[in-house]
This record gives sequence, structure tokens and C-alpha cells, in this order.
Amino acid sequence: MSSIFTLSIVQSALELGCIYSLVALALFISFSILNIADLSTDGCFTLGCAVGAVVTIAGHPFLAFPAAMAAGVASGFITAFLQTRMGVPSILAGIIVNTGLYTVNIAVMGFSSNVNLFACDTIFSLAKDKVAADWYNSWYKIILVVAIVLLVSVILAWFLNTRLGLSIRATGDNEHMVRASSINPVFTITVGLCLSNSLTALSGAILAQYQKSCDINLGTGMVTIALASLIIGETIIGKGGMFKKVIGVILGSCLYRFIVAVALRMSVPAECLKLVSALIVAIAIAFPYLKGQASFLKTRKTLERAGRKDGGSVC
Amino acid sequence: MLSLKQISKTFNPGTVNEKKALDQVNLELADGDFATIVGSNGAGKSTLFNAITGAFYVDEGQIILAGENITYRKEHIRSKEIGHLFQDPLKGTAPHMTIEENMALAYLRASTSSHAFFSRISSKEKQMFKEQLALLNMGLEDRMKQPVGLLSGGQRQALTLLMATMVTPKILLLDEHTAALDPATAQKVLDLTKRIVAERRITCLMVTHNMHQALELGNRTLMMDSGRIVLDISGEERSALTVEDLLQQFSLQAGKQLDNDRILLSK
Ligand SMILES: Nc1ncnc2c1ncn2[C@@H]1O[C@H](COP(=O)(O)OP(=O)(O)O)[C@@H](O)[C@H]1O
Ligand SMILES: [Mg+2]
Repeated sequence: MSSIFTLSIVQSALELGCIYSLVALALFISFSILNIADLSTDGCFTLGCAVGAVVTIAGHPFLAFPAAMAAGVASGFITAFLQTRMGVPSILAGIIVNTGLYTVNIAVMGFSSNVNLFACDTIFSLAKDKVAADWYNSWYKIILVVAIVLLVSVILAWFLNTRLGLSIRATGDNEHMVRASSINPVFTITVGLCLSNSLTALSGAILAQYQKSCDINLGTGMVTIALASLIIGETIIGKGGMFKKVIGVILGSCLYRFIVAVALRMSVPAECLKLVSALIVAIAIAFPYLKGQASFLKTRKTLERAGRKDGGSVC
Repeated sequence: MLSLKQISKTFNPGTVNEKKALDQVNLELADGDFATIVGSNGAGKSTLFNAITGAFYVDEGQIILAGENITYRKEHIRSKEIGHLFQDPLKGTAPHMTIEENMALAYLRASTSSHAFFSRISSKEKQMFKEQLALLNMGLEDRMKQPVGLLSGGQRQALTLLMATMVTPKILLLDEHTAALDPATAQKVLDLTKRIVAERRITCLMVTHNMHQALELGNRTLMMDSGRIVLDISGEERSALTVEDLLQQFSLQAGKQLDNDRILLSK
């Protein structure tokens, strides 16, 4: 077993887990809280990556993050606008934006399908060698991404307990209540989707600097992977306050990366990973339903057996 | 307080499903009026309420609330001044949010400034929510941090009533709000309703299928049929009326029997 968990595998799982956890948090807002399946996630992730990469290449490694987030907000706004003002069903709104983003992303990357950041400063290259110690040089990437993700989590958990945050949560929880209270669902859905897409884009921008490249197909399947992380996180944390749930999502994302790392170590070909994550999501979502069905069948069996003993029939 | 001037609403106009749900309805409610509404299924009682809250805009007519024309005002803006309870106790509260959070949402109606967006529930407000819950005598004040989904239907309806009246509304609309509860719980929620409405002198419209309630509660009884208000009695005339009279009046006014299976004649 020790060969499966080498230090570098644990480290890279943690690093990627934290970076991608921002997408899982984005789905936590759109899917769990607002009850909207936002299928623009894939395109928005690539958008964040592309904007982050281009701004970094232009010599602004820090500006890359707010720039990517702003692009994410714009993308989320359009998705929200389509569904709240134009009467487009929410799933379709996401698909439409996702399709449009492909062209936007290519354009952002100067009409090429990939760019690389090898020659320029990133937050990672700037942080490297800042402390002259061996442990620092093997852990600085983790320290950085954990710091960013923790900061985002604290702000997010705080936000979800403000009045605006409560209104957004109520919007996804009970539409009848929202209509009878003074909450404007058009506004709360818009704010929620802008926020969630800004996190998706931020994740993309961090990844661009982390792997020093951006590819047009980078985001493909991101929504499934993030959903897998989200569901794993919600399963291991269960009930609790907002901060606990947010932390759960991050843990879920790291756990997902461990599963992937282990799968790779057990020589599952990299091409099969998308299938593995699709399976994880399908099983995780179907699980509660199957559990219910199983217990129903059991009750029915016992009832029928009891019915036969009494000589009566069960209807 | 509320005046409806010739309001009409037709659903699905120009289709085979065309339905005139409100037909030139006129109504004047004075400040502090508490009117009960009876009428058979599909008479348009819920539609009347939905017209007032702004779930849709009326085709014709005007809706004036406290002197302001709200006919074309958006639903979420109207709801700052209107309390609306439904028959289904699950509709009034957010199940995955705590009691405290639900109350904070209801209390949002009190805030007018937008900087309140980023404020959190203060300990002063928590204390106030707790005191209000204690008045329900349901022990909810000790369960502030629990999700509302864990409460029973009656508890949820009582909470919804509290939330709807926490910031005194200009008008309270009760749409068969005790009909889905068991008799004991229904009585409890009804007593609570009477107390809150009386204490705060809230102008109130209440749909009921219980003929005794229709005559006993409040100061006015309305009867609806086919999208119209066919009977409006108050004062002496009302105190003299028996349940039998009321039923007779209905067949007289509407030219048919009130559907008896939903009407509760007993107490
Ligand atoms: N949103 C709607 N779309 C189409 N028809 C509706 C709608 N709401 C109500 N109706 C119709 O309007 C009539 C009045 O309904 P309603 O107001 O719910 O009656 P009730 O007096 O039982 O509350 C019914 O025939 C109903 O089918
Ligand atoms: Mg009704």
C-alpha cells in the first residue's frame, strides 16, 4: 500500500483537490443551494483559465485572478439573464452559454487552441524559494492553494449567512415561500449564478498558473467531476452549518483526487478517468433512491408474507 | 384599507381552456375589517388572493392598498405589505433552513435600506424571534437552530403565521390555512390567528369551508361564486344569520347548491 501513497501523490492530490474544489463550491451554490443545474460550468472553467493565462502572460500574475472572476461573473450573468428575463429553461440557458463560450475562449487565447505560461511569473513561481528550507519547497504550492481556498470558504460561509445569502438559499429551497415574501427571485438567482461562476473561473485561473498552460478542451467534463466532489463531500459531512458544508465540499474534492490518483497508480488508463467520474456521480446520485427502493421491497415482502399467513391478500 | 375596483382575470384566453376566474370583482375593506370568505371549489377565492398579492396582473380594474394603486406593482414589492398563508403548511417556510433563518427572512420586510443585504442576524433580533416563538406555546423557542423541515404541519403553519405578521402587514390573506391540519391543531392555529389579528388590528381576509367559522369570526362574511362576490353581509344582518340561512342564501344567489362534501356544518 505504501507504494500507492507516495508523498508526491498525496501532495498533488491535495493541490489539485483544493484548486478544483472551487468548482465544486460553485456547484454547491448553483446546484445544492439554488437548485439549478448550471451546464455552463465547463465553458466557464476554460474561460477563467484562458483569461487568467492571458493576463498572466501580460505580466500581471495577481491581476489574473480578479480578471478571471470578472469574466466568470459576466458569464454567470448571461446564463441568469437568459433564464430569468428571457424565459429560457435553466438547463438550456447553461448549454447555450457553454456553446457560445467555446468561441469566446478561443478568441481570448488569440484564436489558438492552447497557450503556455512557461516564461512568465505566476503566484507559484513568485512564492518559490521565498523561504530557504527543504520542507517549504515541497509544500509551498499546497500552502498557497490552501490559503486561497480557505479565504474563499470563510468569505462564502459568511456571505451565505447574511440576509442576501439567506434570500439566495430560500430561493432554491421553497419557491412558494419566496413568492410570498419580499425576495425578488430574479435578483437572487442572478447574484447566485454570478457568484458561482466567478468561483469556477477563479479555479480555472489558478489551474492555468499551476500547470503553466491553458487548453481549449480543459473544461470538458468539469461539471461531472465537480458534481462528484460535491456529492462525496455532502455524503461525508451530512448535516451542519454553512461553514461545515463548505469544508465538506473541499474535502470531497480532495478525496475525489485521491481516488483518481489511486486509480492511476493501479494503472487505470488516464483516458478512462472521465468514465470513472461519471460512474461515481451516477452511483452517488442514484444511491439514496436505490436505498429507498430496497427498503420498500423489503417492507412489501414482509407484508406479503404476513398477508399469506393470515390468508388475506395485500393490496 | 383595500379596495378592488372592477377587477377581472381570464386564464388561457382564446383557448379551449379559457376560464374567467374573476369577473368584475368590487370590494371595499375598511381598516381593521376581518372578513371571512366562503364559496364552492373553483369559485375564484384563491385567484382573488393571487390577484391581490400580484402572482399575476389583472386584465382589468384597479387594486388600491392603503391609498396606493398597486395594480401593476411587482409581486415581491407588494409582499412587503401583504401576508399570505396557503392551505399547504409546507408552502410558507423553507424546510432546509433553521427556524431562526426563516424568521430572519420574514423580518427582511422590515428593512428598507439596501445596506442590510450584508448584515447578519443580530443577537438582539435572535432574542426578539425567541420571545415571539415563546408566545406560540409550542416549545419552538428552544429549537431555533433546527431546520424547519423537522416541524409538524401545525407547527409550520403557526410559524408561517408568525412570520407573516412579524412585521405588521397592511392586509393578511388566509387561504384555508387550517384546512390541512388535524382538528386540535387547526383550533390552535385558529386561536392564534384570532389573537394576533385582534391584538394588532390587522385587516384580514380569510377563506374557510367551515360555515360556523364563516359567521363567527371577524365582522363580515363574503360569498363567492363563478368569480364574483355574490353576498356581502355584516353588522346586524350578519349576527341574525344562521348557517342554514347562509346556505339558503347561496342557492338563492348562485342558483345552485354549495358543494356539500367540502362544507363543514359542524363546529
Ligand atoms: N394559474 C391558473 N391557470 C389556469 N386556470 C386557473 C389558474 N388558477 C386558477 N385557475 C382556475 O380558476 C378557477 C378558480 O380557481 P381558484 O381561485 O383556485 O378557486 P377556489 O375558490 O377553489 O380557490 C378554477 O376553475 C381554476 O381551475
Ligand atoms: Mg382555493
